[in-house]
Amino acid sequence: MGTEKDPQFVKFRGIVKKYGDVTAVAKMDLDIPEGALVTLLGPSGCGKTTLLRMLAGLEEPTEGDIIVNGNRINDTPIHKRNLGMIFQNYALFPHKSIFDNVAFGLKYRSVSRDQIREKVKHALEVVRLPGVENRKPAQLSGGQQQRIALARAIVIEPDVLLMDEPLSALDENLREDMRREIDNLQRMLGVTTIFVTHDQREALSMSDKIVVMRDGLKLQEGDPETVYNKPANHFVADFLGHSNFLPGEVVGQDDENVRVRIETGDVLLARHRGSWKQGDAVELVVRAQRFEAHRQSHFQPTEGMNSFAGRIKDKSYMGGEVSYFIELPSGREIHVISMMRTRTYDYGDEVSVQVAPYHCHLIGREPEE
Amino acid sequence: MKSDSWKPWALLGPSLTAVFFLLVIPVCFVVVYSFWLRAPSGNDIPAFQFGNYAKFFADFFYPSLLIRTIRVALETVLLCLVMGYIPAYFFYRTESSLKPFLMILIMLPFWISFIIRTLSWINILGDSGLINHVFLKIGLIDRPLAMLYNEAAVLMGLLQYLLPFMILNIYVSLDGIDKSLTEAAKSLGCTEWQAFKEVTLPLSLPGVSAGCLLVFVLTCGTYLPPMILGGPGNDMIANLIFKRIVGTLDWPFGSALSTILLGLLGVIVYTYNRYLGISQIFKTLQ
Ligand SMILES: Nc1ncnc2c1ncn2[C@@H]1O[C@H](COP(=O)(O)OP(=O)(O)O)[C@@H](O)[C@H]1O
Ligand SMILES: [Mg+2]
Repeated sequence: MGTEKDPQFVKFRGIVKKYGDVTAVAKMDLDIPEGALVTLLGPSGCGKTTLLRMLAGLEEPTEGDIIVNGNRINDTPIHKRNLGMIFQNYALFPHKSIFDNVAFGLKYRSVSRDQIREKVKHALEVVRLPGVENRKPAQLSGGQQQRIALARAIVIEPDVLLMDEPLSALDENLREDMRREIDNLQRMLGVTTIFVTHDQREALSMSDKIVVMRDGLKLQEGDPETVYNKPANHFVADFLGHSNFLPGEVVGQDDENVRVRIETGDVLLARHRGSWKQGDAVELVVRAQRFEAHRQSHFQPTEGMNSFAGRIKDKSYMGGEVSYFIELPSGREIHVISMMRTRTYDYGDEVSVQVAPYHCHLIGREPEE
Repeated sequence: MKSDSWKPWALLGPSLTAVFFLLVIPVCFVVVYSFWLRAPSGNDIPAFQFGNYAKFFADFFYPSLLIRTIRVALETVLLCLVMGYIPAYFFYRTESSLKPFLMILIMLPFWISFIIRTLSWINILGDSGLINHVFLKIGLIDRPLAMLYNEAAVLMGLLQYLLPFMILNIYVSLDGIDKSLTEAAKSLGCTEWQAFKEVTLPLSLPGVSAGCLLVFVLTCGTYLPPMILGGPGNDMIANLIFKRIVGTLDWPFGSALSTILLGLLGVIVYTYNRYLGISQIFKTLQ
């Protein structure tokens, strides 16, 4: 029984954080499963850092409870929480050697000197930077400093590892390497991890669960595939990848698909998920990669696929793929990303756009803001 | 282009010129004067002799003044350090919207003449000053307390002059410390106090060190607080120099005293930087 993973290892219950008039986090309920890597994803200012800092003990919730491993920790002072925090700017102690940096947490945990040496050595091996014990943080590169910060956090065997945009200070190419490294390390150690980012690619590629936030609210949570393919609302769909939104109205349905009439008058099929009824105002969400463009003159619609007409308005070549902006007869523009397998089109070409009902996702239309 | 390297120097030019003509040359004159002879008639006679220096070491009165100066300077440094670190730390930590206002309060003394500020202590500590007046009125004492004209009064005067320098030096150093360092220390198991000892204090030492040096040097060269608030036994070396040059117009001996003070401070500053320089502070912490 003891080996069973607790699906509610960390629980936020009704967490509210206010700074004066600003509500940074509003009524947050969230479960973090044991051993999972959970990402808090959202635009800057949505309250991700605040939520993380409340768990770490660096901020006090205005309301609500935080429970870790069955214990309410609201009143536990930060230094007794046993959480490993990784800061955006690494926060290594500049006046201490790498050894003393990594050993720092152990010093306050009644670990013997020999054990400290052993554990520090091991931690540095885990982050693949053995032998730098005697250097100072300033003598290491950004990526290396990040690994030391990681070593310093994991060496204390924390209950939860907290990372606040740990990759954002790194170069683009280093970021990808570091992301994979954190991912592998987290899996290897099995440590429950909360990872804060505003980068959807980071979130999608490494998370067991993504929590999309906006304005202090949780908009959707789920595994990356669910959040990406079945966004709960316009914001989530828009935030994760290149989404097209086609406003329309439900005109009918069968067991498998919902029929939606879009502005052009075309009726498109969308796979049945959730419950809709005739007359509902909806948006059809389609990722730019899911559309296929075909030359109109040669086009033979495939059975069971949606198709409609458009004209190439703009394109940009992006190496492995081409990005097209296609104008529909209604004047709306859609974004289509096409792999270079097929031929390319030019400005003004008349095309037919095709998309499988499976890739059409419906969300309720929100009132215009 | 390599020939651009003169540009930074051109920008420095005006200040370098000013420093040269207004500081270096006068100091050279003082050094030269210190070798001159003073005739009994009061005339200064150009010469190259060490009589003025011999006179300094011949009578222990003069070196003892120098020793007292250094002792008082060290006491001032200590007082400023203790009384300066606390407000500096407060400024570093506070998120109060009053912070800019309080910072201006620190600068406020600089808007008032040093002499006026020093003199005003007489109105507070003097026999008919504020404190004695109030104490007499409420019958706490029946004779005025003698609070002026002793070393404590001098230290008070020095403190009010030098404390802002110490606070600002320490504050600048503290302000450069990333607050996430303390947060990291605490998340790794430190209490607030342990985090201060492990992180904040060591990283603020460069400012502490700079502040101490500045206060020390400024104290060694000042004569107003001892002159106004001190008694006959509280003179410091600068008071003697002042008396010799302005009082008895004995330029050669006054210059020799100045040169000795300059040399001593030079050695102290050099040694201090050598062994307590910023880079050294980090090393000695290991
Ligand atoms: N210490 C603070 N004082 C006042 N407002 C704050 C403070 N910290 C954060 N906020 C506000 O709370 C909101 C959420 O901030 P934050 O959690 O940092 O967002 P994120 O990390 O998602 O970018 C923002 O509107 C921010 O301005
Ligand atoms: Mg943030």
